[in-house]
Amino acid sequence: MLTIQHLRKSFGPLVAVDDVSFNVARGQLVGLLGPNGAGKTTTVSMIAGLLKPDSGDVLVEGARLSGDTDPKKRRIGLVPQDLALYEELSARANLRFFGALYSLSGAALDTAITGALDLVGLTDRVNDRVSTFSGGMKRRLNLAAGLLHDPDILLLDEPTVGVDPQSRNAIFDNLETLKARGKALIYTTHYMEEVERLADRIVVMDHGKVIAEDTLDGLQGRVEGVGGGKATLESVFLTLTGRSLRD
Amino acid sequence: MPLIPLLAMVRKDLQLFFSDRRSVIVSFVVPIAIASFFGAVFSGGGQNREPARIAIAIVDQDGSAISKAIVAGADADKNLKVAKPAEDEARATVKKGDTAVAVIIPKGFGEASGQALFGGGEKPVLTMLHDPSKTTELAMVRGVMTQHVMEAVSAQMFGGDQGQQLIEKTLPQIQSSTAMADDQKRLLVDMLGSVQKFYKDRPAAAAGTPAPRRGLTMPYTVKEEAMTAGSNVAYNSYAHSFAGMAIQFLLFAMANIGVEMLLERQRGLWSRLRSAPVSKLTLLAGKAASGTLISLMILWVSFAFAMAVFHVRIQGSVIGFLGISVACAVMASTFGLLVAALGNSPATARGVTTLAVLMMVMLGGAWVPTFIFPAWLQQFTLIVPVRWAVDGLDAMTWRGIGLSGALMPILVLVAFAGAFWTIAASRFRWEEG
Repeated sequence: MLTIQHLRKSFGPLVAVDDVSFNVARGQLVGLLGPNGAGKTTTVSMIAGLLKPDSGDVLVEGARLSGDTDPKKRRIGLVPQDLALYEELSARANLRFFGALYSLSGAALDTAITGALDLVGLTDRVNDRVSTFSGGMKRRLNLAAGLLHDPDILLLDEPTVGVDPQSRNAIFDNLETLKARGKALIYTTHYMEEVERLADRIVVMDHGKVIAEDTLDGLQGRVEGVGGGKATLESVFLTLTGRSLRD
Repeated sequence: MPLIPLLAMVRKDLQLFFSDRRSVIVSFVVPIAIASFFGAVFSGGGQNREPARIAIAIVDQDGSAISKAIVAGADADKNLKVAKPAEDEARATVKKGDTAVAVIIPKGFGEASGQALFGGGEKPVLTMLHDPSKTTELAMVRGVMTQHVMEAVSAQMFGGDQGQQLIEKTLPQIQSSTAMADDQKRLLVDMLGSVQKFYKDRPAAAAGTPAPRRGLTMPYTVKEEAMTAGSNVAYNSYAHSFAGMAIQFLLFAMANIGVEMLLERQRGLWSRLRSAPVSKLTLLAGKAASGTLISLMILWVSFAFAMAVFHVRIQGSVIGFLGISVACAVMASTFGLLVAALGNSPATARGVTTLAVLMMVMLGGAWVPTFIFPAWLQQFTLIVPVRWAVDGLDAMTWRGIGLSGALMPILVLVAFAGAFWTIAASRFRWEEG
């Protein structure tokens, strides 16, 4: 579904992403792990079309993604790390606006709004201002806004930051549902247990490069666990990326 | 350009604008309140009201026929409100700002001025104590007093009792003068004698009619005709004040939209917008369109109020008024984009744009008409778009100029909008590092 080929992006002398390649299949969730400054968000931004890569390609079912108005962007949904919502507007007004950016209108837009709100469990708050929502509700609405146009590929950049366990669990359920519907998902996070629960494959990045790509079991097999048992993902991660503090 | 996303941008921005009660009050209510105040302050005499008189004090230390005539002339002048205190009191009232100018007629003024009229004596000094903050009033009083002094002195010199004595005193001075040629002295003496004879031998005025005036008088009278939309149209200061204040506050509203764009970028909203298959041009055009609509609403609501309450009328071209309104709104809206493009952070952008807007409206004549500026400043302010907007709206309202008067302001405002748009589109930071 989604192929990333040799992506590279630098900001002045800093090489943020260096020759990153991986694939995401339909119905698969790829966890993108890495310490701060590893290049995860820059990679996601290039896939979403927010940043133009210096070199390399993003392919959607084999077709190269290019330009702001490329119709293939309709097949990609972004759930940004920030709560990209208009707090002064209602949930419905927010979703109407974000849906219209994908040229949805009329009954199709209404149906999309109903479906997205139903999925994230916010149907009863549709007319309330977002500023009255809890942090978890805002995160769920943030997810709903990325789903409105029914994308085949969903990019989730740390979508559970600052939410309570109940909301986080609800988001996990939503993502499981989307996987079951055949969506391809890329999920960046610092929370190892989230990747352990959700990811079919894991890409570990550091200093802008992919340093490991495998299934959870495959990665765990690379490191010996305490007492000869299975290593935790966190110990694998620390082994791969080191223990030095990052900015 | 895809219409659905564009319209969605506009609708969303309008919803955001009207959801913020504070910005609605600041944009619609405050300009109306301030414009009403400024309109009242600058309304002047109006059509049927007494003109404002300049408060002056005259201290007559001379008490001569000439000085009394000067005081009487000033007293009767419709431009002056004359008080006659003692010198100390006059100085005190000027110092306090209650009196704009105090005129001190010194002892011997009548005699000396009469002798000086024909260049034969030393000129006496008429002291004018003035409030330094009222230089305009000082200039007016100087002019008005010149008229009354000339009339009073010449009236006495040409037939008055004091004048006769003075001429008798002056004649020997003229004859002994070394600064004048003999034939000129003789001509001047003959002329003074003839003038005295002319007024003495004149028949007395019939009963019930005023005595004929002597001496020099103003050789003309003034017919004042306000050149506005027509002979029956009075100047309405509210037309100017509402134009100025509406433009000021729509610029503030647009600058605020620019700052909001910076905040939206901080909050990641622009990432979401840009992830959609919408061009950068559409995103900026949506902002410009919503800004233009909001600006137009601010301008037209202000003018609607002025029309309903203060009888402001479009005495010129309605099409011209609409054209200038739209051009002004587009200029303001692109100014908002410029703020978003050049602003580093919302906080610094807010501070800088507040200063920029205040400078533009101050220099553009939004607070006070530009004709009170020095000549060089009037020329300089032509580079300020607000000047063109205010002048254009003035032309279409109380000046009553036709469509031709709107064309240049529209062209200039559109040119400013084009420049703002070009800079904004080229400098807008789409990518976040």
